[in-house]
Amino acid sequence: MTIRIAVLAKQVPDPEIPPSQFNIDESAKSIIPPNGVPPVVNGFDLNAVEGALQLRDSGAEVEISIISVGAEFVMDVMKKTLAMGADRLILVDDHNLDKIDAAATVKILSAAINKDGPFDLIIGGRQASDWDQAHVIIGLAEALKLPLVSLVQKLQINEYGISLHRVVPDGYQVINSKMPAVLTITNELGEPRYPNLRGIMQASKKIPDVLSLADLGLSAEDLVPKLELSKLYVPESNRQVEIVNGDDDADSGKKLALRMREEKLI
Amino acid sequence: MTSVLLIGECDQNGEITQATLQAITAAMGLDDPRITAVFPGRPPELAKRLPIDSIVIASEVTDSDDGIFEQATADISSLLLAKKPDVILLSKSDLGSIVGARLAFRADIAFVPDCLEISNSKGQLTVIRPVYGGSALAEFIVPSYPAVVTLRPGSYYPADEDGAPSIDSIEFQNVEPSALVVDTVAEVREGIRLEEAKVVVSGGRGLGGPEPFSVLENIADELGGAVGASRAACDAGWIDHSHQVGLTGKSVSPDVYIAVGISGASQHMAGCSSSRAIVAINTDPDSNIFREARFGVVGDWENVLPSFLDAVRELKA
Repeated sequence: MTIRIAVLAKQVPDPEIPPSQFNIDESAKSIIPPNGVPPVVNGFDLNAVEGALQLRDSGAEVEISIISVGAEFVMDVMKKTLAMGADRLILVDDHNLDKIDAAATVKILSAAINKDGPFDLIIGGRQASDWDQAHVIIGLAEALKLPLVSLVQKLQINEYGISLHRVVPDGYQVINSKMPAVLTITNELGEPRYPNLRGIMQASKKIPDVLSLADLGLSAEDLVPKLELSKLYVPESNRQVEIVNGDDDADSGKKLALRMREEKLI
Repeated sequence: MTSVLLIGECDQNGEITQATLQAITAAMGLDDPRITAVFPGRPPELAKRLPIDSIVIASEVTDSDDGIFEQATADISSLLLAKKPDVILLSKSDLGSIVGARLAFRADIAFVPDCLEISNSKGQLTVIRPVYGGSALAEFIVPSYPAVVTLRPGSYYPADEDGAPSIDSIEFQNVEPSALVVDTVAEVREGIRLEEAKVVVSGGRGLGGPEPFSVLENIADELGGAVGASRAACDAGWIDHSHQVGLTGKSVSPDVYIAVGISGASQHMAGCSSSRAIVAINTDPDSNIFREARFGVVGDWENVLPSFLDAVRELKA
């Protein structure tokens, strides 16, 4: 029997943008991506794709559908998930969707999941690297009234449903859950695989399903935010660094130890 | 008046967490606060001295430690209906992150996680939280109560335990767990806990492989510290994830944080920026870590660290 997996993936600005090139338009309350730096699929969501692919590698028959909600998708970016090995890509694309809050995102995702479901597993990254909120998927579990296991670093089909390793502050828990279930995946699971040439070729032939809010029976009135972003700004740093300069690197190392001793740091 | 429901937590030794005491300080700063606390499971004896108005105790203790906090979510949801608080405050812990979000979505009310500051006036709440891994701060207004907020540990000073709250009893219903924790595996740990170390020596992508971490270990041993790492180094498999410092790893605040081959992305700094002093060793003079550091060496760690270690040993002798 095929296990149907929905992987929720978000397009985000590249989090590797160095802080020196990170700029904010304070009046528009949005970031200004540096020229020529394309967006990426949120890294933790790629860990989730990897987790789904590992289930397939372990011998389970799985169908992997990527579901994403956003505006101004870059198709080459989102298709990376297909190139890794996912089967389908569903994009809920609407210009109203670039400034919605988590509650609205949950509404859209649950509508998309109900339209395309049922799924046995609904998984996604532990948080997105833009707003770092880490609660859309938790909210989705509440909306769908399904079991939720967060911070999963290992998943395996077993006789109970699915066996999971969940990261806790000092180790991990082994959890048995029934399916369907909602999971968030953490980077401890392992690095997402690189797409191979065959994957890239196959992905280029696939056409994503693009849905509008209306296709899901939703309208802008359903997405009224519960909170209002009033300011977005870059915090000021007032630290002043003292660069320790020696005759060469080895001498700098020695001088560093001496300076740290003078300041009673060691 | 602002009615606050505060979710308290204890550590493995049964002591109230610092993050809980900090959340009380945050609550005390709200407009004319009335603070009620609940500790999932059973409150510790010390809770009876917290500077708050009341504590709610379950008349029969439910199994709140079901691993994924289903019981705690149900207990606090029922308290929400009974007490109708304006603000529900939690710390951004494992429990707080999950229970906070579940509560808010179950009750269909606003949720703002991982906040650094919270204030209110005239029935609206203002919070500030880091976004984009800490590269930016966002201020949000929640126009109406109730709202659920989690606070980032370290954002407030802990409250003193010098109060005398009244004690209320309430009955909670047991819930059927949907997933079962069948085992808990503790990570094997040698030496000083990373979170408690006075000195942390951390390595990043610039180390280029797993072997250099033994050099960092030698320095950490010599300084009585622990070894940390950036996420990049952990994801590359050079060192176990239990050493990861950062937004999604451990948060440390040692006296000295020595960052070797770490560029200082804001996601990493989120886990170490409250260190007393950051010392950076990096070949790239433009890397962000030098903007956060007190001392820096622009150079190759392979040449800098051996003489640094020798000098440390000489100074100790």
